[in-house]
Amino acid sequence: MPIYLDNNATTPMDPRVLEAMLPYFVEKFGNAASRNHSFGWVAEEAVDYAREQVAKLINADPKEIIFTSGATEADNLAIKGVYEMYSSKGNHIITATTEHKAVLDTCKHIEKTGGKVTYLDVKADGLIDLAELEAAITPQTILIAIMYGNNEIGVIQPVREISAIARKHGVLFFTDATQAVGKIPVDVQKDGIDLMAFSGHKMYGPKGVGVLYVRRKNPRVKVTAQMDGGGHERGMRSGTLNVPGIVGLGKACELCMNEMESEAKRLSVMRDRLESALMELEEAYVNGNREHRLPHVANISFKYVEGEGLMMGFNKDIAVSSGSACTSASLEPSYVLKALGLGDDLAHSSLRFGLGRFTTDEQIDYTINAVRSTVLKLREMSPLWEMYKEGVDIDSIEWAHH
Amino acid sequence: MAYSDKVIDHYQNPKNVGTLDKSKNNVGTGLVGAPECGDVMRLQIEVDEESGLIKDAKFKTFGCGSAIASSSLATEWLKGKTVDQALAIDNMDIVEELNLPPVKIHCSVLAEDAIKAAINDYRVKNGMPELELEKKPH
Repeated sequence: MPIYLDNNATTPMDPRVLEAMLPYFVEKFGNAASRNHSFGWVAEEAVDYAREQVAKLINADPKEIIFTSGATEADNLAIKGVYEMYSSKGNHIITATTEHKAVLDTCKHIEKTGGKVTYLDVKADGLIDLAELEAAITPQTILIAIMYGNNEIGVIQPVREISAIARKHGVLFFTDATQAVGKIPVDVQKDGIDLMAFSGHKMYGPKGVGVLYVRRKNPRVKVTAQMDGGGHERGMRSGTLNVPGIVGLGKACELCMNEMESEAKRLSVMRDRLESALMELEEAYVNGNREHRLPHVANISFKYVEGEGLMMGFNKDIAVSSGSACTSASLEPSYVLKALGLGDDLAHSSLRFGLGRFTTDEQIDYTINAVRSTVLKLREMSPLWEMYKEGVDIDSIEWAHH
Repeated sequence: MAYSDKVIDHYQNPKNVGTLDKSKNNVGTGLVGAPECGDVMRLQIEVDEESGLIKDAKFKTFGCGSAIASSSLATEWLKGKTVDQALAIDNMDIVEELNLPPVKIHCSVLAEDAIKAAINDYRVKNGMPELELEKKPH
């Protein structure tokens, strides 16, 4: 089996989650909305139990959990739903340039329909500037949408400070916590979160199921439904509930609740070991704030080698992700890395390592060796490395951009 | 997207990686691409002054596997050709030989550009006029 270090893209499902789900496909197949027979009751009971498991992980009330098809849907529902519900109050949303596309493109959509969106730049370490955030608030501002932990660099935003600013100005705070929930403690009360999106498949649960947390008290938040139908999920998200998926998500949350603390420690030790070993290479740079960071993520640029070419050196055995997209359709490297102020060359030279529950020490050892030797081999082949070694200023060359 | 076996072979065992002495009159150097675009190729030819044949070719490439394979293949093809024969190498020959998918065609264009840039450098060094080159879209 190849080594899987792309756990920010998706995680393998925990076998214990699968076990919990299995009865709900064939045997207990009922529709949770069928109120008048035992098939429906069994399904409803399972959903209620899962709702409690999910709520417990984030310290919410089960009634505040809205099941969706995933985090993308939850992002859409939160942003569009707030925009429509609070249109009498204002039409301005504040977000950041390093958000996931599900947030950014939803904001772009809102701009097309007449809304106003401020995209905050981030500092070189990936964190937003709180003073800039506060200064961006206008009387028209209805929502601040800032993610919890970044998917590419793992940087954790100062969520409590952000929510305090939002509260002070009477603005709702939504966070996409897809990479954070189940990995680090996320507490909607202590963190002051009004709406929060996350999904099952990033926390060893199934794909196709996610959550939008919607606060019910202090303040009571409402979102306008984005799908019309049977009025499921307190009218906010119609559609027959994905019972097996929801059961799996509940189980995944329970496992994270029990194991997250020790797991985060184990992963951060392995991540740090991987990172410091790779940083011994010349001209290697960690992207993003190293202190405020998810425990399982490392994003490193190896200057003078190209990310996709680098991955090819070991992608038979090791799955990682690169900030470089070398296709004629998109020569643009990662917009997140560029938002940190990285030049395109460094952004093209980056690898993202996402460790997970099933990552072992042996796998990290293997990865260190494979990445190291490939970087060294490709640098021997790199004209840029040769120029760097000869002291040529690469920026002074007039490159023919194509 | 999976790479073709030929791309993988050139990537794992690149042919003619290295550097020729660019101060020599019979060496032509082409440096094309840009770090910002994620690929830079340097391709060099050394021409035998008596026979007019390319006796050696070397490359160094910063880029994806297809870019590395395209330049490696180009150096293989260059050796033993006359400069005029080398000019006739078309990027689509590289695409065909390496089974490059459409999104990687720009790698082959870059290799063709590198060949032509190296030849032009050689020509200018030896008192010949620079060739006007057709610009292919990347």
